[in-house]
Amino acid sequence: MSRIAECFNRLGGQKALIPFITAGDPNPKLTVDLMLGLVDGGADIIELGVPFSDPMADGPVIQRASERALKHHVSLAQVLEMVAAFRLENSHTPVVLMGYLNPVCAMGFQRFAERAAASGVDGVLTVDCPPEEAEELTGALNAAGLDPIFLVAPTTPPERVARIGRLARGYVYYVSLKGVTGAGHLDIAEVTGKIAALRESIPVPIGVGFGIRDAETARALASSADAIVVGSRLVQEIEAAEPQAAKQRLARLVAELKSAIR
Amino acid sequence: MDQYDLPDAGGHFGTYGGIYVAETLMAALEELKAEYARAKADPAFWAEYRQELAHYVGRPSPIYHARRWSEALGGAQIYLKREDLNHTGAHKVNNTIGQALLARRMGKKRVIAETGAGQHGVASATVAARYGMACVVYMGSEDIKRQSPNVYRMKLLGATVVPVESGSRTLKDALNEAMRDWVTNVDSTFYILGTAAGPHPYPMLVRDFQRVIGEECKVQMPEMIGRQPDVVVACVGGGSNAIGLFHPYIDVPGVRIVGVEAGGEGLDGVRHAAPLSAGTPGVLHGFRGYLMQDADGQIIETHSVSAGLDYPGVGPEHCYLKDSGRAEYTAIDDDEALRAFHDCCRLEGIIPALESSHALAWAAKAAPSMDRDQVILVNLSGRGDKDINTIAGLSGISL
Repeated sequence: MSRIAECFNRLGGQKALIPFITAGDPNPKLTVDLMLGLVDGGADIIELGVPFSDPMADGPVIQRASERALKHHVSLAQVLEMVAAFRLENSHTPVVLMGYLNPVCAMGFQRFAERAAASGVDGVLTVDCPPEEAEELTGALNAAGLDPIFLVAPTTPPERVARIGRLARGYVYYVSLKGVTGAGHLDIAEVTGKIAALRESIPVPIGVGFGIRDAETARALASSADAIVVGSRLVQEIEAAEPQAAKQRLARLVAELKSAIR
Repeated sequence: MDQYDLPDAGGHFGTYGGIYVAETLMAALEELKAEYARAKADPAFWAEYRQELAHYVGRPSPIYHARRWSEALGGAQIYLKREDLNHTGAHKVNNTIGQALLARRMGKKRVIAETGAGQHGVASATVAARYGMACVVYMGSEDIKRQSPNVYRMKLLGATVVPVESGSRTLKDALNEAMRDWVTNVDSTFYILGTAAGPHPYPMLVRDFQRVIGEECKVQMPEMIGRQPDVVVACVGGGSNAIGLFHPYIDVPGVRIVGVEAGGEGLDGVRHAAPLSAGTPGVLHGFRGYLMQDADGQIIETHSVSAGLDYPGVGPEHCYLKDSGRAEYTAIDDDEALRAFHDCCRLEGIIPALESSHALAWAAKAAPSMDRDQVILVNLSGRGDKDINTIAGLSGISL
């Protein structure tokens, strides 16, 4: 059983909190420590953003995080090293890489999958790789024992949801709004209804994210979703904090979110 | 090459193209594909498109024999396809009319566009005014500085120009931002993509609306010289004017096809915008194609004296044509393009766009070693009025 499946098993119906930070933000030396801070606060799974020069699906907050990391030339290979370093301290919290396809293409699917698995990565979400183009990548990921994580959007028609349900491992990431990460127009009732409908064809847990900015929204969505993903709000915290205070501030915010969805 | 019939149903030209976007946009692209399939089979759609091209754009655009320049070069005869004479001053309007007609069929009241040199932005603002649609144009703040006349033109036409401050602040970042707008306003908004790149069906759509360039040439050249040209040549940024000229010639044997990329300060460094000449395949902006990227797969900031060619990717069909050998791609650097710009001004009385000057420079370089009865047909894709500030600046003159 994958570490992600184990994690949901262990939670036994309790909701998972999945915080997101960008690897290398604000600098590469801090990332492992910030990941440990997320776990201290109560993170169940960590989504670790792989910086990319052209983050087309991200709002300004995560774009800036990517730019800060790229100032330090953080590469996909380095991100894998960070995960390996995190694994020396923590062997139970699943890590999902979230990013864009091109850095993965540049490394080569096969080589990436093998190195990611060896580094202790558990799942991979490539934002700009829909199922239509994902065959080769998911093949490599599955062969290496990594979970391919897919997005489902408010605009995804039922037949595509079913197709994604057949490919998805680990969990499915439901995009709570039409927009980029960190946008601010999430409709809780609508999302709740959608998630209920997704259950018919999605056999894995359903996480929800994009635009969850506070404990109250997290709590409201946790009544229908299996997991809550919070990204931009945490990245803002990193952006606002002095580097030495970032870990503590992240842990505090994660704890607040976690207690809200308990 | 027989039975050239690309892309496939998934938008692939060989291993290039495809649809690489976040899930939220998949339904919109599917809707666009379906609507275009209906429009494509509807004679009334094409009748209106052709009517607009004739009476609003002023097509067919003429082909002009650049006699004095050819004479001065002493070799092949250079002919110019005068896309610079189109309404709005470039080939871009052929595509924006087609896409705006599609937007109208789909009931979209708001259009968005990305622009580099501003030509596509102007062409989008123009058709939005013409069809009564709201228009937002995304433009890198670096390009806004370089192309201020076009920025003002867009505003006069009623468009909102949004400066993009992220990344390298040029065309690629404008495209990212347009995609972000689209994903947010996907129900109300039609994205008029300006080049033959992006996710399927855009590369096919843009090509089909730009094909009119090559189709006219195929009729006009025999009328003028009794045969087809020996070489057709066009500048390639994303590749829309080039694919418009090339596509109808793919099946014509004996016609050499040459695409000219922006060599910037030279291909030996990284200060250029020539992915086909010096890049490697990867995925950006929704499609797979040759890119300017580093070993980690990060996109490199490009450089060209012409904003319209300053793009790190290139349309998937060009990638396919390169690999298949049917077309050849090469680069012209900033200095060579500028020399051709000035020669065209002084010898022919035509101020060409800096983008098109790259294709002109290739012709000027190739002509002397060719026979005097050989013919090079250059796509003069736009006029250079928008570039006069850049040119003056390079000469130390402030206008």
